Order: sequence, then structure tokens, then C-alpha cells
Amino acid sequence: MGRVSLAHGSGGIETSHLLERLILNRLPDWMKRLGDGLGLDYPDDSAAIPIPGGYIVATIDAYTVSPIFFPGGDLGKLSAAGTINDLLMLGGRPAAVLDAIVVEEGMDMDDLSRIVESMISILRMEGVCLVGGDIKVMPSGQLDGILVTTAGVGYASKLIVDKNIRPGDKIIVTGPIGEHGAAILAAQQGIKSDEFKSDVSPLTRLMLPLIEKYADHIHAARDPTRGGVAMALNDWSKSSDTMIVVYESELPVREPVVNLCEMMGVDPLSLASEGTALLAVSPEKAGEVLEQIHGLGYNEARIIGEARSRTSSVGLVVLKTLIGGARILEPPSGEIVPRIC
Amino acid sequence: MAQKGDLRYLTKRLFRDEILASQIVNIVRGYWELLRSKGVEEVKIMNFCGTHEYTTTHYGIRSILPPGVNLVAGPGCPVCITPSFYVEAAVKLALEGVTLYTYGDAYRLPAVREVGGCRSLSEARMMGADVRVVYSFLDAVRDAAKHGKPSVFLAVGFETTCPAYASAIANNLVPENLTLIVAGRLTPPAARFSVERVGTVSGVIAPGHVSTITGAGVWRFLPEEYGIPTVVSGFEPLDVMIAISLILRQIMDGEPRLQIEYSRTVTMEGNRRAKELLARVFDVVDAAWRGIGFIEKSGYALKESVSQYDAFSRYGMREPNRSEWSHDLLPGCICGQVIIGAAKPTDCRLFMKRCTPGTPYGPCMVSAEGSCSIWARMGGRGVVEEVL
Repeated sequence: MGRVSLAHGSGGIETSHLLERLILNRLPDWMKRLGDGLGLDYPDDSAAIPIPGGYIVATIDAYTVSPIFFPGGDLGKLSAAGTINDLLMLGGRPAAVLDAIVVEEGMDMDDLSRIVESMISILRMEGVCLVGGDIKVMPSGQLDGILVTTAGVGYASKLIVDKNIRPGDKIIVTGPIGEHGAAILAAQQGIKSDEFKSDVSPLTRLMLPLIEKYADHIHAARDPTRGGVAMALNDWSKSSDTMIVVYESELPVREPVVNLCEMMGVDPLSLASEGTALLAVSPEKAGEVLEQIHGLGYNEARIIGEARSRTSSVGLVVLKTLIGGARILEPPSGEIVPRIC
Repeated sequence: MAQKGDLRYLTKRLFRDEILASQIVNIVRGYWELLRSKGVEEVKIMNFCGTHEYTTTHYGIRSILPPGVNLVAGPGCPVCITPSFYVEAAVKLALEGVTLYTYGDAYRLPAVREVGGCRSLSEARMMGADVRVVYSFLDAVRDAAKHGKPSVFLAVGFETTCPAYASAIANNLVPENLTLIVAGRLTPPAARFSVERVGTVSGVIAPGHVSTITGAGVWRFLPEEYGIPTVVSGFEPLDVMIAISLILRQIMDGEPRLQIEYSRTVTMEGNRRAKELLARVFDVVDAAWRGIGFIEKSGYALKESVSQYDAFSRYGMREPNRSEWSHDLLPGCICGQVIIGAAKPTDCRLFMKRCTPGTPYGPCMVSAEGSCSIWARMGGRGVVEEVL
């Protein structure tokens, strides 16, 4: 089976293939989900366990990032916000978090404490409890600094599930894309500029009012983290029997991010966001939902495309390019590495 | 970096403008109708730069052109054409404890033969070898000077990348512990090779950045010896579309010649200083191209006077000569055909099956500039025309 490569963890096609081979193929159907909830039989932001009158939603993620402190945030903020957002994207109200911190021997105690403080302050701000956890120390050299795993639990009366997207639905993005990925890329490349700042933040203030008011009209929600908008939309198309069309001219990408991406040979559509949501909304309510999103302070939210009936056998995302051409927007694949020229 | 209000920003916006694009498409369609009325069924326009292929695919240019206007990618990716023996030598040195530097895409380039269980520098790194990915040669120069350990740079590249090596060597910046595996190549000889092999090339989009160094003049042989309309083009989508319209116009007029569309940076003479540096440090020699074989006067080799920078002689190795070179693609891989534009990535049975950007099998799937990788990552498969 070869060796594990970095591409296996990049969140693109290779990650899906690895998960399929490694885990999904080993599970009989009954193990993949509880009752009429959501589980591994169906990839979404969180799992759902049915209870009378609704669902418990649950999620778990391991967070690593290099550098651990980056413009706009740090590993602690990333892990707290990421877990809260995964619950929200399934229509859940975040209630509690458990954490596991694995830290390398020799790590600066102040750095460790800054990261934990940062994680806890996000939870405090969002009214989310920290109800359990673990901490381990690995011998020096056996881990690159620190790894934080957070599990989140919440409650949903109605689930927002990707496969409910219908032809005609408008695709809304709530802010400029690729901001987190660009900030990390710039930091890793030693580019010092005030232009790049991660968008990492919990989306509670955005999602809770929307869930409350438009639960029947928001057919899907996703925070495009690893793999970016390209991965999220491809997942949507494949799981919903639609084809998704996106207009490049409508995509909110800030100019410095465009320039950085061109310099490094990466696509902003495959860079992660950590405080931005993608929503699929029924066409009759899309304008109203967009207005509401603007009213909640997400001024750069825009409709970037729509779902259409499928004309191909597999799920596809079509990108109408700036100059009026079209191409297939593929899910990201391979490791993101700077190129030669 | 270009910001709102500055000239580069405005230029970029201008050369990506949708309204201008639709006007140029109309011009192209007009020319094409005229050509068709004269009985022309197909024109094949070849590019010689991975970035042109990127622009073509990324902006969906093929999807807005008339079906008879065919854009074909030629040899334009320095990583794709780097012979396997260089990678094998680099892996061998890395496994023996030499610090190995190269670019992000070259470090994943697979060799055809395993060395010590590794096919690429990235695999050598997984086995614990000290392989460092850098963004420029000078980063390696600085890093190697700092640690002082035996180090080698896998120096791939075309005329655009090689002046950086030449400049550092000519200016005595390279520390004693750092040597180079010089795998640099020249594009015009490969262009000649490709148009001769493919035979039916009706126009050439010549590489803008290479021409910035060499001068557009190096492409004169295409119209003069082969009667092929040739336009040196920039890399924005409208640059490429204007180049296409200029080529069609030349075909229509029956007057093949050399034109510079990318006049923002390209002159007939090129960059005199860079050319002098290249000539001071390198000889131009017959050299191997991956999957293709030897092409006359197509490679850079260090001159005798700077041979102390040559990794092969430092570590007692030797490059294979013409009779020792052997085919360096894995079974089933048609990258040799893809590189010279004789086949499309989708003609390969391994494309997106055995060979993907995450697990590249052939060299054209590795670099962001490789045709197969570009098609794989940006949906250049002709599917979009079917579904819309």
C-alpha cells in the first residue's frame, strides 16, 4: 500500500481515498450511523444522533498548524472556532467541548499557556462549556510542537444536510475566500505583510439567527476549511445529484490573496477559510437571506453561483471564468507546494 | 505586489477583461470563418510554456474558441523534461548524507529506477534524507553557507531559471560545500524538435518569459525555416487570445512571420546581461530530455573554468552520454508524446487513474507547469463543453 504522504492529509481527493480504504471499507453499514442520524455513511461537518424532538450533533477534529501563532489567530483559537463551526454547519447549537492536547517536551510554557488561553477565551465568549479533556507530553523530536484535538457536542432541532441541495438553489459565500490559507502560506514563506490575516472565528452570530429564521430554506451549509471552496462545492455536487455552476467574476477574493496565489502557483479556491460559510439557499429566499447576512455584519457576502440539474453522470462543479470561458473546478489534489517558475 | 491603482494592477485587470475578451473572440471567429471558407479544416497552435498552458486551461480559453482552432501544449515544463538519471543521482547523494536542495515540484519528480528503495527526493526525505525545498537558488546558497555541510542543488530550469545559477557562480556567491547537478535546458531546440515530429503545427505561441531573456529573435527560425506563424505572447488570458488572433491573421494573409505580442517586456534582443552571464558560466551541449532522448545543443553544462561547482565531478559520477542513455519513462506512460504535443494528457490510459497529482506516475503530472497536472487540477478534459 506504499507509505503515507503529506498529500494524504491535505484534505483533497487523496484524503477521501485514504479514509475510504482505511476506515469506511472496514465498517459494516450498521456501524456507520445511529438510527436515522448522520454518520460516516455520509460525509458532513458533524455527526448526528437522534433523540426525541431533535438530534445531538457531535464532531471531532485534530488541529495542527505551522506556525502555531499566525496573523489573526493561533492554534487554540483555530481549534475552538473550528469545532464550533462544524456543529453550526449541521444546524446545531454548540453546547460543550472536550479537548486533548499533545505537546512536545521542551515547548515554551508561555506559548502553551497562550494557546490554551486563546482556546478557552473563544469558548467563554461563545458560552460553550469545556467539560473534559486530556494532556500528554511526547519526547522531544517525536512531535512538531503541539497537536490539539477538540470534540464538540451540540443540539439541533433540524439538521442542515448537504444532500438536500436542489436545482435552482443559490450558492452564497459569506466573506472573502482563502483568507486563512493565504495567511498561513504567507507566514510559511516568510512573507511579512499586514495584508494577510486569517479569518479564523466562530460563526455563531451568523448561523444561529439564520438557522432560527430560515431553517427550511437553507439546504446546505459548510465552512470551507481544508480543500477550500473547491472541495466543499465538489462534495456538495457529488452528494446532492446536482451540478454546481460558479461565476469567477462574483467570487470575493481580495487582491493581495490573488497576487500571493499567483506567485506561489496555488488556487485561492483551494485555500482554507476558517471564519467563512458557504450556504445553499432556495432561490425564492436567497435575496432575503443575503440581506440578513449583510445585516449581521458580513458585508461582503455574495451569491457566487447556483445548483443546476445534472447533465453528467457524476457530480461536477463548473467555473465560468472571468473572460467568459468555462472549466471544470476540480477538487484539490496533491500537496500544496511552491513551484519553480 | 500589484495593488489597486498601480500600473501592474491596471494591466492585469485590462488583460482579464470580459468585454475585451468577447471582442477578441469575435475577431478570432471572423478569421476562422474566412479560413474555413478557404477550405481550412483545422489549425493547430502550439505553446512552449507551461504557464501558457496554465492560462489556457485555467481561463477555459479552449471552451470559447471555434472547434477547429486547436491549442496544443508543447515542451514548456522544465521539471517534466528533466531526465530520470539526474533524479537518481540526487536521490543517491541524498541517501548518502548529502544535503539536497531543489524546488517544490522537482522534489516530487519520480525517477524511472529506484535508488535505495526511493523513486524521488520526497521519498528519500520520508526515509530520513536531508532534502530541503527552496523557492530560489539563493535560498540554498545562504542556507548551505550557514551549515557548511556537503550540499547539492538539483538545478533544473530553462533560460528563465538558469541565469540565477550563472549569476551566483559568476559572482562567487556559491560556498565551497555547495555544488550543482546542472539540468538546465534551452527551449528553441526542443521547439524545433517538436514541430518536426508533430509535423502539422500551423502556429506557435512562443514563451514570453524565456524570450525576455533570450530575445524574441531566437524564434525567427520557425517562420523562416518552417513557415510557421509565431507570436511571442504574455501570460494573461487576453495575451494568449490576442496571440491566437494574430496567428490566424498571419495564416489568412499567407505571410508567416515573427511578432511580439508581449511587447510590455520582450524585445528582439532580450536581456544582454543575463545572456552574458549564461555564456560566461555555461557551455551549450547536446543534452537528454526525459522520454525523448538527446536533442542537439539543447542543454547547459558548466564550463571547465567553473567545474569545481559540478556535483557529478565532486562526487565521482558521470552523466550518461548519447549511447548510454536509455528510455526513462515507466511502462504505459506517454509523457514523451505529451511533452512534444503529439498526444493530449487525456490520450493516456493512466491519466487520473494510476497517475494523479497526489500520486504522480509520469513526470508531466508532477509540476504545476506540467500539462497532465494542469489538466488534472483544472478540468482540462473537454467535459465542460459536454455539460454546458
